[in-house]
Amino acid sequence: MKEYLKTDRLAVGYGREPLMREICLHVRRGEIVTLIGPNGAGKSTVLKTIIGRLAPLGGAIWLDGREAAGFTEKERARRVSVVMTDRVRPERMTCREVAAAGRYPHTGRLGILSDRDWDAVDNALRLVGGEDLAEKDFRKVSDGQRQKILLARAICQEPELIVLDEPTSYLDARHKLELLGVLKRLAREKQLAVLLSLHELDMAQRISDYVACVDGGGIRFCGTPEEVFTSARIEKLYGVPGGSYLPEYGCLEFPPPAGKPEVFVIGGQGKGIPVYRRLQREGVPFAAGILYDNDIDVPAARALAAEVICAEAFEPVSGEIYRRAEEVMDSCRHVICCLERFGTFGEANRRLAERGREKLIKMVKGDLS
Amino acid sequence: MRRGRAAAAFLLLAAAVCILGVWNVCSGSVAVSPADGVKALTGKGADETVRRIIWDLRLPRAAAAVILGGALSVSGFLLQTFFANPIASPFVLGISSGAELAVSILMIAFLERGLAVSSLSMILGAFVGAMAAMALVLLLSGRVKNMSALVICGVMIGYICSAVTDFMVTFADDADIVNLRSWSMGSFSGISWENVRVMAAVVLPALCMAFLLSKPMSVYRLGEVYAETAGVNIRRFRAELILLSSVLSACVVAFAGPVSFVGIAVPHLVKRLLKSTEPAAVIPGCFLGGAAFCLFCDRIARTMFAPTEVSISSVTAVFGAPVVVLIMAGRKRWEREA
Repeated sequence: MKEYLKTDRLAVGYGREPLMREICLHVRRGEIVTLIGPNGAGKSTVLKTIIGRLAPLGGAIWLDGREAAGFTEKERARRVSVVMTDRVRPERMTCREVAAAGRYPHTGRLGILSDRDWDAVDNALRLVGGEDLAEKDFRKVSDGQRQKILLARAICQEPELIVLDEPTSYLDARHKLELLGVLKRLAREKQLAVLLSLHELDMAQRISDYVACVDGGGIRFCGTPEEVFTSARIEKLYGVPGGSYLPEYGCLEFPPPAGKPEVFVIGGQGKGIPVYRRLQREGVPFAAGILYDNDIDVPAARALAAEVICAEAFEPVSGEIYRRAEEVMDSCRHVICCLERFGTFGEANRRLAERGREKLIKMVKGDLS
Repeated sequence: MRRGRAAAAFLLLAAAVCILGVWNVCSGSVAVSPADGVKALTGKGADETVRRIIWDLRLPRAAAAVILGGALSVSGFLLQTFFANPIASPFVLGISSGAELAVSILMIAFLERGLAVSSLSMILGAFVGAMAAMALVLLLSGRVKNMSALVICGVMIGYICSAVTDFMVTFADDADIVNLRSWSMGSFSGISWENVRVMAAVVLPALCMAFLLSKPMSVYRLGEVYAETAGVNIRRFRAELILLSSVLSACVVAFAGPVSFVGIAVPHLVKRLLKSTEPAAVIPGCFLGGAAFCLFCDRIARTMFAPTEVSISSVTAVFGAPVVVLIMAGRKRWEREA
């Protein structure tokens, strides 16, 4: 399939000196492309240039097989609609009227909406789940609801490409999920091309077909989420210390507390994660063990623990590893055991817990005692 | 916006214009009953003096109040749209005063040479002055993003222009300056049918053009970004708004001098009446509302302290300024967050 939007060595910026150069982005219909990158990297600048709010400082933008510079406002508006971050507080407008503003390129000289136009508005409102808000004053609804209405406005403009600048900022978890869910449906069912910028890495990883990493100067890397969301790339992009990005969870962890381990945590099966985070929060250095290397606790332990004792999955724990665990546990003042059952392959951990009985403390409702 | 509400509102406004029009024309130092007034106009068995008072003095004056009042409030509404600011108006932004200054210069220059000033050259002069003041406000609006700061700048521009006008009026002591003085206070008096024809020829086309802008104005309520990406040619649209609002307010100044507060109060009341800010409804609503408001205020200016006539601005201020205070004080928190 052909690219719907293509930028060819685009240079963008305010004033004369380009902020970013050599931008080559491609978005096909039915595809979601996400820009990620640190604050101030220029994600918004790229999007503003693509929608025609800023003039390109070099290179070209191709839209629907034509160079975008040649489009009139109306031709462009029938192809591209936007949801930007500008605050919108119109006087006395209902949510339905705000959404209906999207019909602009389809109405006549006086902008009177036909029944077909109103149908398009109501369908768009239904699609975003905003039909109950229709008659409410736009200024009175919540941020999340406002964002949905602005998305409905963009949808009923009937574009082929939707551009969204950080559409999920200020939204609660549910609204985030709903909004991105709608975008996914637009791409899959209506074959729209979607280009957006996001701060939430976990969300970007889940909804994008392609991800472009934007970093001062240009697009550093482009690829599928599987290619982009690796520790090395994300840590470099955001300039965070190595080991803090956990691709398994799609999130960044705090650095581990400094010092020799004071607590030995016997974990596994995901039960260790809340304890590791708790200890990190309290600033207590700890060791984690014995974890099979395919355990869900491992990435968090690697990020947060001073030492992790890992054993090879699907094999009995070797004597060498067990001895190492004993050694580390003996040097700790306390032991926390997160497990209640050990099972056949948890024998090593059962023995450890037995050995550390005297130093055992518990976590009750999040408190250490 | 509901159709029924809009229809009822327009009916109400139109009725107000008619009733206030009759009331305005029939009252004065020579009171005339509406029936006599009709007789005088149809020319059947009426007193010649009454006929002349009504036909030559009061009717053109009332017509001017209708046209200029409508022009002023539509001009205010255009500026409020442009600046996304509910208290923008030709008077508050100093545009009226700029036009006033230009007209005074023009009048003094002409009178000293013993030349008469035609209505058209007055309008032209006022337009130049209005555009100059507007240019200054636009220059400042690029620097001050805050809406109250912009209004303060506008008020200051207005004061400066008024002060210069005052100087000139004070020191140019010619018999004709008496006219200038009463004009610079703002008044609908001394309007002839000829004047009415000229102002109608300028104002009515401008109003039609403003009405044709109601589509882009409607989407511009969501701000520049959404207007432009929906297909509005922003540069052209902004230029059109500025030109039309300047033409309208310049025309008012040329004939009636600066008239305060109509441009803020009327659009606000009309939006409230319509429960909508949809320009296609608000623009005609503003015209009718401005006409009714000025007919009412002119009637009071003319007769309340007869034989002395009060300046129209004093009356419009008495009724209009409280509306501005109400706008500022009465806004809810969710409305202020802008």
